[in-house]
Amino acid sequence: MLLVPMDTVLILASLLFVMGLLGVLVRRNVIFILMSIEIMLNAAGLAFVAAGARWHTADGQVMFLFVLAMAAAEVSVGLALVMRLHHQWSTLDADVASNLRG
Amino acid sequence: MSATFYVTGAVALLATFMVVTRTSAVHALLYLIVSLLAVAIIFYQLGAPFVAALEVIIYAAAIMVVFIFVMMMLNLGPRTVQQERTWLTPTIWVGPGVLALALAAQLVYALASSTPVEAGFGLITPKQVGQRLFGVYFIGLELASLLLLAGLVGALHLARAQRRAEIKGTL
Repeated sequence: MLLVPMDTVLILASLLFVMGLLGVLVRRNVIFILMSIEIMLNAAGLAFVAAGARWHTADGQVMFLFVLAMAAAEVSVGLALVMRLHHQWSTLDADVASNLRG
Repeated sequence: MSATFYVTGAVALLATFMVVTRTSAVHALLYLIVSLLAVAIIFYQLGAPFVAALEVIIYAAAIMVVFIFVMMMLNLGPRTVQQERTWLTPTIWVGPGVLALALAAQLVYALASSTPVEAGFGLITPKQVGQRLFGVYFIGLELASLLLLAGLVGALHLARAQRRAEIKGTL
């Protein structure tokens, strides 16, 4: 099928992951932080699938399915928290959430 | 054949960079969809058509639709774009940017200096995935369904708490 070294795919996955990490570190908007987390999960999934394809086993794809389910659950709870944050303080600033009490 | 991989990878990297740097949330979301579709094409080239389809259907469609719904309900206007502009000053980028670049350089160096493996990525059919998923990984499958249930209950609880607060506010 594909005549690309395994390392190239892993380098692509790690670059995507680092960009997601940069997004989490830099952005203050909660929605952007959630999107960056999605990028990181997706990059990890790419590494899983590439490793599974490298060893000719379906395990990598099964792991990607688990990552997918986890991302779906995380996004539903995360976005519900975003709505609460916006409702409470009418802003999406992550720093405002440091005022949480009780 | 490998040229398509490099083009798709470049598209994915560029789109992801645009996601991280945009000020408008909707523009970032559109770029994120492009990035996810590019990764789906890479999955297909790696011989994983089932996962490529799931990436398009669940990631690029279902999860992104949830994002769009939330943005629609929050009704973010030009005010938030202006706010993002004031937040994203170059001084904020320096520290995390240098750290992330150092990490990326280390990862790329470690991966590039290892002995290259010319992997002949073969096709893995959905049937094989299903056999593994419902065989060895059956407990994991059950736990994933429990996790989704927990996510559902958690989101429901947070939404209900909001409605209770609204009712209390009107009284």
